Amino acid sequence: MLAQYLPILIFLAVAGAIGVLLLVLGRLFAPSRPDAAKLSPYECGFEAFEDSRMKFDVRYYLVAILFIVFDLEIAFLFPWAVALDSVGIVALAAMGVFLLVLVVGFVYEWKKGALEWD
Amino acid sequence: MMVNVLFYVFGAILVLTALGVITARNPVHCALFLVAAFLNSAVIWLLLQAEFLALTLVVVYVGAVMVLWLFVVMMLDVDVEKLRQGFTRYAPLGALIALVVAVQIGLVVHVRKLGLGDTAAAVVDRPADHSNTQELGHLLYTQYLYPFEIAAVILLVAIVAAITLTMRDRPGQKVQDIGKQVAVRAKDRVRLVKMDAEARQ
Amino acid sequence: MTAPDFAISLVYIAYALAVLLTFGAILTWVERKQAAIMSDRIGANRAYVRIPFTQVKLIWLGLFHGMADGLKLLLKEDFKPLAYDKLAYALGPWLAIVPVLLVFAVVPFGGTLDPGRLFPSLAEWFGGRTYPMQIAPIDAGILIVFAFSGITIIGAMLAGWSSANKFSLLGALRAGSQLISYELVMGLTVLGIVLIFGTVNLGTIVERQSGTVLGFLPAWGIVYQPFAAVLFLIAGIAENKRIPFDLPEAESELISGYFTEYSAMKQGVFMLSEFIEIAVIGALFVTLFFGGYNLPWMNDTGFVFPGGHAVPLSHGWVVVLQLLTFLGKVFLLCSFQILVRWTLPRFRWDQLLRFAWKFLLPLAIANLVVTAVALWAQQA
Repeated sequence: MLAQYLPILIFLAVAGAIGVLLLVLGRLFAPSRPDAAKLSPYECGFEAFEDSRMKFDVRYYLVAILFIVFDLEIAFLFPWAVALDSVGIVALAAMGVFLLVLVVGFVYEWKKGALEWD
Repeated sequence: MMVNVLFYVFGAILVLTALGVITARNPVHCALFLVAAFLNSAVIWLLLQAEFLALTLVVVYVGAVMVLWLFVVMMLDVDVEKLRQGFTRYAPLGALIALVVAVQIGLVVHVRKLGLGDTAAAVVDRPADHSNTQELGHLLYTQYLYPFEIAAVILLVAIVAAITLTMRDRPGQKVQDIGKQVAVRAKDRVRLVKMDAEARQ
Repeated sequence: MTAPDFAISLVYIAYALAVLLTFGAILTWVERKQAAIMSDRIGANRAYVRIPFTQVKLIWLGLFHGMADGLKLLLKEDFKPLAYDKLAYALGPWLAIVPVLLVFAVVPFGGTLDPGRLFPSLAEWFGGRTYPMQIAPIDAGILIVFAFSGITIIGAMLAGWSSANKFSLLGALRAGSQLISYELVMGLTVLGIVLIFGTVNLGTIVERQSGTVLGFLPAWGIVYQPFAAVLFLIAGIAENKRIPFDLPEAESELISGYFTEYSAMKQGVFMLSEFIEIAVIGALFVTLFFGGYNLPWMNDTGFVFPGGHAVPLSHGWVVVLQLLTFLGKVFLLCSFQILVRWTLPRFRWDQLLRFAWKFLLPLAIANLVVTAVALWAQQA
């Protein structure tokens, strides 16, 4: 099985080298005449004010957390989908319960307004 | 043989990147080292023939957990100096946790002494047409059915906890309703009042 | 891994990179030309190559515009913002392009190759071994796809953060939450296909799509899973951050989003990765829903039409035909994605996330449940 992963490793090396090459080529050919105005952060011609780090809506975190939960669910679903044939009705019922519990969670977040963006 | 060499190479990188996680000054660099550490441990799991788990580690930890991490770390304006001040205060607690972890690692290393079976001998190279995913699914949905359902409940708790912690409506919160703003009509905003002209007194 | 295996691997990798980079270059031109056709314009037709010492100008429908763009990007000044983070700034574009290329490692772009039959002089060296035309014919192919596409999210977020620019940061924020939301939809729709074919091996999935259902329909994934196909394509376009889902780089709001502070070839790498991703999403869609390299009634020995007509083909022709079929289908899908891009207006940010979580996600779960129950009912 491991031998099958070797081509990916080779591909990674080649593709990674191409990525580096593309980025380095620009360095070689391009002129470089920096000045303060050119290098300042672009803010539509205004002087940049405040730090670019800022606090933002907590919903972005919430989306990420909910994504982790559902991503784990999908991780459970892959072996289930493959093994359903051999395990049969038990697996179907088990996933039914599993999905039911998570759909309860989904309905909860929907009703709580966690999916509202306004 | 080849597997052993690969193990030591990736194991060494793993240790180095893990050291990077705790020594790097910039929190985003810590996160990047952590990504590298996850990728390396995925390779090590792969060397142990745990194909599905290795890829799930990348999908869940690099693709999901690290994105949350980056959200948190990128937007935080962490004052490193302030964090340093608490170092001596929390040092005893940290040392205690480190000790517990060290003991746990020791136990895992000597797992054979606990009678959990010979783990090293169990690793054999699977044939090319072997489906690790199917094997895992078969085990998970027969032998480990009960823990699997418990996992669903834990995930539900995670959803509820995340929402109750973040979705607190504060009184007086100013909220913008874009839908309402777009749907607004002149009639709702401007009231035309017809008045008869009054004669000058 | 023996020497012949290694040689075949290198040939496959060279082919994959050639295909992807060519698609990346050609699609920039296709996008302009197709947009022009759609809006009844002539489109790119200025760039030309003059044959030296003659007055003959080769215009070729403006095909050289892509080349001119590439050269321009290469020669532009590559400046770096002042307050940037060196490590993350350099890693950003690299992480945006490399995983996109790597996804192709598990995509089968042809049937089985028998190099001994193709080149009789090398037959002894290969010893009769055959190779599936796929760089890494591993079992957990679909999981590899998700593993690598998860890494591109980190690339976009790093690029936005390291630029120390407010627009970039907002772009990174949007890129992160958009990509994860639509990745869920993608995962759930793919599960329908996994259920139908009972495997996560992309090679096997394509093999099982040869033949026909009901006697006349090709046994492609889209026939079994039409809803999943539509949802997958929507999620795929969103993953690629293209209109109508291009909020992370919406130029009227965020200049160019998370790569605002990238210039010259670094910016070019982001553009190139976007165009390559069009092809990669097309390739994945073709693999999962359009039967990959399969043509109706075609197998490894030639065509067998209903009614018993058989057209035998030599191995070489079968290989070429399969490669071309795959490329043709992928190109069709790319063209369709460009069609979508020039047809629809951009979403608003709240609509975009609501669409993913409140519309696509429940539909994808419903599709999965219905598929599972239908499969079980069919077996019982």
